[in-house]
Amino acid sequence: MTTPKLAVWKFASCDGCQLTLLDLEDELLAIAGAIEIAYFPEATRSVVAGPYELSLVEGSITTADDAARIQEVRAQSETLVTIGACATSGGIQALRNWADVNDFVSIVYAEPGYIDTLETSTPIADHVAVDFELRGCPISKAQLLETIDSFLRGRKPNIPAHSVCVECKWRGTPCVMVAQGIPCLGPVTQAGCGAICPAYNRGCYGCFGPSESPNLESLAGWWRRLGVGDADVVRALRTFNANAPEFREAGDVYAR
Amino acid sequence: MHDERDITVDYLARVEGEGALHLELRDNEVADLKFKIFEPPRFFEALLRGRRFGEAPDITARICGICPVAYQVSSCNAMEDAAGVAVPDQLQRLRRLIYCGEWIESHALHVYFLHAPDFLGFASGIAMAEFFPDRIEAGLALKKVGNTLMTVLGGREIHPINLRVGGFYRVPTTAELEALVPDLERALEIAVETTRWVSGFPFPQFDRDYEFVALRHPEEYAIHQGRIASSGGLDIAVDEWPDWFHEEHVEWSNALHARTSDGSSYHVGPMARYSLNSALLTGTAREEAERAGLGVTVSNPFQSIVVRAVEMVFACEEALRIIEQYRRPEQPSVEVSPAAATGHGASEAPRGLLYHRYAIDGEGLITEAHIVPPTSQNQLSIEEDLRAFVPGHVQLPDDELQWKLEQAIRNYDPCISCATHFLDLTVERR
Repeated sequence: MTTPKLAVWKFASCDGCQLTLLDLEDELLAIAGAIEIAYFPEATRSVVAGPYELSLVEGSITTADDAARIQEVRAQSETLVTIGACATSGGIQALRNWADVNDFVSIVYAEPGYIDTLETSTPIADHVAVDFELRGCPISKAQLLETIDSFLRGRKPNIPAHSVCVECKWRGTPCVMVAQGIPCLGPVTQAGCGAICPAYNRGCYGCFGPSESPNLESLAGWWRRLGVGDADVVRALRTFNANAPEFREAGDVYAR
Repeated sequence: MHDERDITVDYLARVEGEGALHLELRDNEVADLKFKIFEPPRFFEALLRGRRFGEAPDITARICGICPVAYQVSSCNAMEDAAGVAVPDQLQRLRRLIYCGEWIESHALHVYFLHAPDFLGFASGIAMAEFFPDRIEAGLALKKVGNTLMTVLGGREIHPINLRVGGFYRVPTTAELEALVPDLERALEIAVETTRWVSGFPFPQFDRDYEFVALRHPEEYAIHQGRIASSGGLDIAVDEWPDWFHEEHVEWSNALHARTSDGSSYHVGPMARYSLNSALLTGTAREEAERAGLGVTVSNPFQSIVVRAVEMVFACEEALRIIEQYRRPEQPSVEVSPAAATGHGASEAPRGLLYHRYAIDGEGLITEAHIVPPTSQNQLSIEEDLRAFVPGHVQLPDDELQWKLEQAIRNYDPCISCATHFLDLTVERR
């Protein structure tokens, strides 16, 4: 059997999710032994031509060129996995979706005419078929390893869709919202980070996007009882997964 | 008949982000040279408007996955400046400690995986592993210690969650930090070995007369706080940045170009820090710098890899020193009440000076944000290096010239994801 080929692609992003692969310090060389790192410009100047058995795609689509490039990536990829909040929901740069992008351009650049950008930042799945979406801002090292391992073994990745609350219970962290009155997005946010924030005395801020069937109405009610105004509920929902459907819809309700 | 050559690198590898270089040679003279950043803009300075001042550290961290702590510390400094709040020294020590972790992690990545392969003729660090397994494993171990430090203090290595305006959400126990000591002692040994290894690399003869700009602090090698100093004699408070530097927007790049107020280029990063502050390095770092043959200043950008290694020695020693002196602060943060004001903040990202400025209103909402990453500031200097480097190396065949030019860009460890508000390399010979 030939060694499968891995490609790592970047669209609009901070590079943090692809860095997660290089941050697997104990496993990196074993991974490089099991799968040929064929295209990964952040790590190597050599390029092995496609097609690729596994493509990891980081970042969101924000330019016309990138909208065309993702089609080429899909055509060269047997299995395409999106990694991180930018690729799975549009990322923090999707805040433009609620604004006039021309205003955004002119705030940042002296010569707006030089800038080529789309009005929206959208997830990869809005443009091409995606085989699996790995959430997080950034993704979890353990979940990335599980995703690559499952691909190599031809099985489904074991990535739970339950909420951060479950991880707090596993970790033995007392609920920060109940015990300390700290507003927390944990009840509506997908697990995967290991419930870090509550263990550091702060509320979850939603890096992994909406959990399975999140009850946002109930959560917003609890936040209001803690004295949080609607404008701050909207800000909390509109961060790194602002454009994830459940967060987007709830944010729009409380913005009215 | 003219001798015309075109060399093109469409997508520069082993840098963080997407960039390109276009070089046109006509009769072996540089006719045109453009260092392009085509990384799509993400408009952070616009999307920050209307956000709460306390959100800036978490949001701006997302500008860069490799140096999030730099963004968090510069934004905290700016917000604390706006609010007129002084963060107690014990909490400042912890900021410096997590920043040491980021320098180790980021420098180890660059030295071993992005830059060393150029000197040894490999496409990547991973390809080097087959020939230098012990080196690469040591590099990974060093990088991991930096990441562990960030994880213990910050909750995770990429986009840490524990820094806030006013301090931290939770301060570590003495025992949690002491547990890091054996790893840091081993990391210090590896960093020393790394310095001796990279100082023996073949460096092209190439010296430039840079205007170096970096933070300077009277008592310590500046990382998280200080005044802005330059090799030309500038010594200003951080809030004077706008009086002395400006940015311009050129057609070929999504990253703004920073210049000094008289229009010249300047150089930020490890060479600037070393040249301005080397007297303040810790003992072993100073000894290793001397052993590596570094003078009081470094003017060959290809030697930046040695300076990065020296800074890793420093960061390990400094982290050990901070841990030794650590007494857990009673409060993890101080309260910061917003008032309508403008605040300036700077810190030394692994790649160089990172400046933030925010205006906030009476409600604590951001009305204006201005962020100047190190790669924007180095962009002109990179272009000037390339213009200066080409004439002495035009005899090289296209593929070798291209590789050398890529290496000259990687001397800066450019972070293009950061600078886009920044590589593909094209060389045309005509």
